[in-house]
Amino acid sequence: MTIVLRGGRVIDRSGERVVDVEIGDDGRIADVGTGLSGDTDLDASGCVVSPGFVDLHTHLREPGQEDAETIETGARGGALGGYTALVAMPNTEPAMDCAAVVELVRTLGRGAACEIVPTGAMTVGRRGEDMAPMGELVDQGVGIFTDDGTGLQDPRLMRRVMEYSTGLSHRLGRPVVLAQHCEVTALAAGGYMHEGEWSSRLGIPGQPAEAEELMVMRDIALVRLTGAHMHFQHLSTAGSVAMVRDAKAAGLPVTAEATPHHFTLTDAACASYDPVFKVHPPLRTDDDVAAVRRGLADGTIDAIATDHAPHTDHAKELSFDLAPPGMLGLETAFSLALEGLGLDLPDVLALLSWRPAAIAGLSDRHGADIQPGNPANLCVVDPDATWVVSGRAMASRSSNSPFEGRTLRGRVRHTVLEGQPVVVDGEARR
Amino acid sequence: MTAHLLGIDGMDRAEIEELLDLTDTFAEIGRRPIARVPALRGRTVATLFFEDSTRTRVSFDTAAKRLSADTLNFASGSSSLSKGESLRDTVDVIASYGVDALVVRHPMAGTPHRIADWTDASVINAGDGSHEHPTQALLDAYTIRQHRGALDGMHVGIVGDIRHSRVARSNVLAFSALGAEITLVAPTTLLPSALVGWPVRVSHDLDEVLPSLDACYLLRMQQERITEGLIPSVREYVADYGLDAARAARLPADALICHPGPTNRGVEISAEVAADPRSVILDQVVNGVSVRMAVLFLLLGSGRELADKAEPEVGP
Repeated sequence: MTIVLRGGRVIDRSGERVVDVEIGDDGRIADVGTGLSGDTDLDASGCVVSPGFVDLHTHLREPGQEDAETIETGARGGALGGYTALVAMPNTEPAMDCAAVVELVRTLGRGAACEIVPTGAMTVGRRGEDMAPMGELVDQGVGIFTDDGTGLQDPRLMRRVMEYSTGLSHRLGRPVVLAQHCEVTALAAGGYMHEGEWSSRLGIPGQPAEAEELMVMRDIALVRLTGAHMHFQHLSTAGSVAMVRDAKAAGLPVTAEATPHHFTLTDAACASYDPVFKVHPPLRTDDDVAAVRRGLADGTIDAIATDHAPHTDHAKELSFDLAPPGMLGLETAFSLALEGLGLDLPDVLALLSWRPAAIAGLSDRHGADIQPGNPANLCVVDPDATWVVSGRAMASRSSNSPFEGRTLRGRVRHTVLEGQPVVVDGEARR
Repeated sequence: MTAHLLGIDGMDRAEIEELLDLTDTFAEIGRRPIARVPALRGRTVATLFFEDSTRTRVSFDTAAKRLSADTLNFASGSSSLSKGESLRDTVDVIASYGVDALVVRHPMAGTPHRIADWTDASVINAGDGSHEHPTQALLDAYTIRQHRGALDGMHVGIVGDIRHSRVARSNVLAFSALGAEITLVAPTTLLPSALVGWPVRVSHDLDEVLPSLDACYLLRMQQERITEGLIPSVREYVADYGLDAARAARLPADALICHPGPTNRGVEISAEVAADPRSVILDQVVNGVSVRMAVLFLLLGSGRELADKAEPEVGP
């Protein structure tokens, strides 16, 4: 069956034009132009056709916490959010620290509404003690290693992981990426929100911005020492953004991501005491939000990543200290990026699609230009449509969206994965 | 006032004074041979304590019983919640007993606020982590007013572990709403990380502050602050911030010495000073019951009518 995305404005890395897009039986783009015909039309009038989005930071919870999310439901949510690829974080149970678990995730991901890209843990069990079998994982195609959920605390082991990773690049065919959740546990432990005016007033123990910044600082120093490619996850403080900016100016191989919640929400949200606003790193101040936005605008921060972290209602119905950190993100990311950053649409799409695709080593099939021969991983977004956020209405098995009830602008209309329409008119088909 | 008492934050001067005025009525009841009125007969007050606190729980329990309310006591270690049952499950179970008021003590800030979202009962915050302890602040304000008249223009020093103190946060709000000036006296590590917008001055020199105080409010010093490395030792804390007889001599003759209890004799307050005529620590305990009667009555009964009428009917 061939499909024509008709009447839309196509935007990709090469620019912008008003053309129809024909998708062939083979899952690839067959033709781009006007007056194309196919077996089925998908209306794209008034909409923008973009390469599909790539999330560098998704918690799919499977295996281990299937009551909160599964690969199937997470991928469905991703597709509804315009994503065609999700980079799955390794903090599953068991952790994705060996070939067997990575293979399980890959297998479960087949047939899902997004391509599932497993990461590997840097250390066994993400315990920060012994290096994971990175070579074995690289041979399985794993290109990103992270202990996400926690930072690798031991600087000596971090140095070894970085050095070791540089020797694996030839086996992968590109640089191995190490992704760090920057948080010095000794400074952050016992803190459940950002430390500052709000934590002082609310009586919730805080963790200082320096808990993140000290690890950013350490890892930049170790990149200088080892030459490893370091990707900084969910940057949240003005100081972190400034350090990454300087590191890039110095020519170091570093990249960075920021989440929609860190460029739209502040620690003031914790005044509700609702743990839906509890997240690591924590929501910061207005100044930090402004710095993250500037970082996204000037290229210091390469990509928007969701840190989609589903938790059951039950888990969030605990006191602020005991409730687990994290919030849903896949279905709201595009709207928040469009509304919250004040950037032109092509810049927003770059942050959501082709720039993260490049970091994840997926550019051959995601974020690629919309031209004949390329894999048809696409989304069609309506920048003017408004909608009301409802956690319950989302595909996720959980409903912990911090944007509940908010009216947002910009909606994903269709998503095409490997030539198959997985979302049509905002409805999931897979 | 709203159906809940979650904090002093959000209360204005008039609301605080209304409660203190009402407390006078209940203080009088407490002095009767049979200290019991049928004001809340048929109503149920449950205490839900996730943290040990015999004093506060007994005070609320006594207040409810003097108003003839039925009382239920639930005690639960907060750790049991992390083992499966959510906080909401616990609240639903207790609410199913048909309670009119839930008196909540919890080691984490904001938990009573969450519970208030989940139940039809009136929620009274009996201390939430390092956040607020509103009935403590009301009884403290009542006690100071009782001895010294209005708080307007008074200088109150709050000494000790402000950072972790719900009592300090509520007292700063209550005392400042009533017109007092406040100085926080503590080492930097025991102050909140950011005091922007707080109506307070800060000092690290207790000896310098003492002569200008109308009331010196000492906070309980917890041993765990030393293990956390916030201060070097009890000995050093006592040397700099403990109120002993020599320091108490620097306080004006009519100044009050307050403490929320239980006291660490020989740490924040010496035994001698606890027995000083200026110490009102036991008055605070007595007034605690009266204030809590007033709060329960305002939330559950026709409190405003009571304030207008002569007196509650004396029970059997």
